[in-house]
Amino acid sequence: MSDISELYQQVILDHNKKPRNFRKLESANREQEGYNPLCGDQLTLYLEMDGKVIKDIGFQGSGCAISKASASMMTAAVKGKTKDEAEVLFDEFHRMVKGELDPEKEENHLGRLTILSGVREYPARVKCASLSWHTLHAALENKDEAVSTE
Amino acid sequence: MQAQHEIENAMPAASDKLNIESIRRDFPILNLKVHGRQLVYLDNAATTQKPQVVLDAIQRYYTEQNSNVHRGVHYLSQLATREYEGARVKIQRFINAAESHEVIFTHGATEGINLIASSYGRKFVHEGDEVIISAMEHHSNIVPWQMLCEQVGAKLRIIPINEKGELLIDDLEAMINARTRLIALVHLSNALGTINPVKRVIDIAHSHDVPVLLDGAQATSHLKIDVQELDCDFYVFSGHKVCGPTGIGVLYGKSQWLESMPPFMGGGDMISSVSFEKTTYNSLPYKFEAGTPNIEGAIGLGVALDYLTGIGIDRIAEYENELLDYATEVIGSIPGVKLIGTAREKSSVLSFTLENIHPHDIGTILDQEGIAIRAGHHCAQPVMKFFNVPATARASFSFYNTKQEIDTLAEGIQRVIEVFG
Ligand SMILES: Cc1ncc(COP(=O)(O)O)c(C=O)c1O
Repeated sequence: MSDISELYQQVILDHNKKPRNFRKLESANREQEGYNPLCGDQLTLYLEMDGKVIKDIGFQGSGCAISKASASMMTAAVKGKTKDEAEVLFDEFHRMVKGELDPEKEENHLGRLTILSGVREYPARVKCASLSWHTLHAALENKDEAVSTE
Repeated sequence: MQAQHEIENAMPAASDKLNIESIRRDFPILNLKVHGRQLVYLDNAATTQKPQVVLDAIQRYYTEQNSNVHRGVHYLSQLATREYEGARVKIQRFINAAESHEVIFTHGATEGINLIASSYGRKFVHEGDEVIISAMEHHSNIVPWQMLCEQVGAKLRIIPINEKGELLIDDLEAMINARTRLIALVHLSNALGTINPVKRVIDIAHSHDVPVLLDGAQATSHLKIDVQELDCDFYVFSGHKVCGPTGIGVLYGKSQWLESMPPFMGGGDMISSVSFEKTTYNSLPYKFEAGTPNIEGAIGLGVALDYLTGIGIDRIAEYENELLDYATEVIGSIPGVKLIGTAREKSSVLSFTLENIHPHDIGTILDQEGIAIRAGHHCAQPVMKFFNVPATARASFSFYNTKQEIDTLAEGIQRVIEVFG
């Protein structure tokens, strides 16, 4: 079994304590809710889209360290990216935390997001790490319904 | 007999204290290693572990007794029927019901509540009527009533709680009126550990001719239940929370109510005759037991209750209170820990939060130490909302737990604090 400190790495703890882009975006033209009913995590994602580009992004909500850090790192990663680039990251991230993509062996665009790869050892926590990404995916698809990880 | 032997083992001679070491030997799973650590199982409110006698009973059923009940003239069917009905009588004695046909087998507390909401509800709850529950209910004692109220146009009313997690019983009197059809109340709260003053609630309700259903899912393993003394109209619990198997539960109902209620499900066993023109229903308890029941579950539950009785519910309660007091002291004094649910009358459940650390993270880190607790909303989201927390961490105790395990929990919590720096 892997050491708990591989899951709770310093970078993750730091994002949890001081989440980036943790604010309501006044300029947002898209807003999306996400829930993880199992643990009560809740997240609101704000997007300012400029055509196909994510010009600005912010989030608010409450959740565990993994979900908060993941949301924080996600906003940092997708800001300035196009919708299509963000969707590629969503797909790769999702596969990484489910253990279907090994970022050390396969080519990917994840960059610093690979810090969250430790989650794959904790199946109960995969949902925590992917909540923000599912919410982003829904926002980009412009779905009206709130996202639930169930 | 093995069962007898193990029960005696649990009783040290000439002492009133439980012999925990001996009791722990009755539960094989407690020896398990988890992530290389000795398992510390503190999630008993979710489900309890099963003693060897229960496992043996299930094994014996399938190797020596398996057959369908109530429908065969052959040897095995009669044997299985005798065991199944024998279990009903054990349960009757355990909760001190007046009649064994007041004991209905269900698949758990949830089904019991749904049965009453559906059957009693259809017969007695109409448009404009009211059903009363409390602010500390498990979702399974909220949602069936919401569904019923929506269906018939009735109103759901909620007895509030205070910041300790105690029922504001004085508000109840004002809430009851001529349209009140039922009060459904949790006996012992799974999220807070509060023991409700159910006897007083029942007395108040009965003075207005309102029946009371108690959700005993948690209470049954920690408190002595006497349905006649309580004078409750309905009582439900789950086998898996009283050291019995999953998939079996009990609905107790006073005969006069059960007689007056329509069946819940239709099918085999619940009829006395069927034609395409007219079907007549079977008598109690079979009217409410459609289809082939969970036979080994009922038998296993009977054995589990015998096991608890052998140790003595009063001694179990006393020891568990000692554990809870110890845990409240040891865990409650860790800086940053906030206890959620501090009722004066409390049992077996320690719900808490840790400053700036989410319960889910606490749960994962403790799990790595071999410690099983529950992290989440405990199927009681309105309770979480009342205390303004998204979730809590919950350690819940059983009589096979020890003070050393609580010390291990305390060390685990220190480790969580360390990880989060
Ligand atoms: C107070 C309470 N009521 C009802 C239930 C539902 O029990 P079951 O899921 O066994 O039907 C539970 C289980 O957690 C409970 O704690």
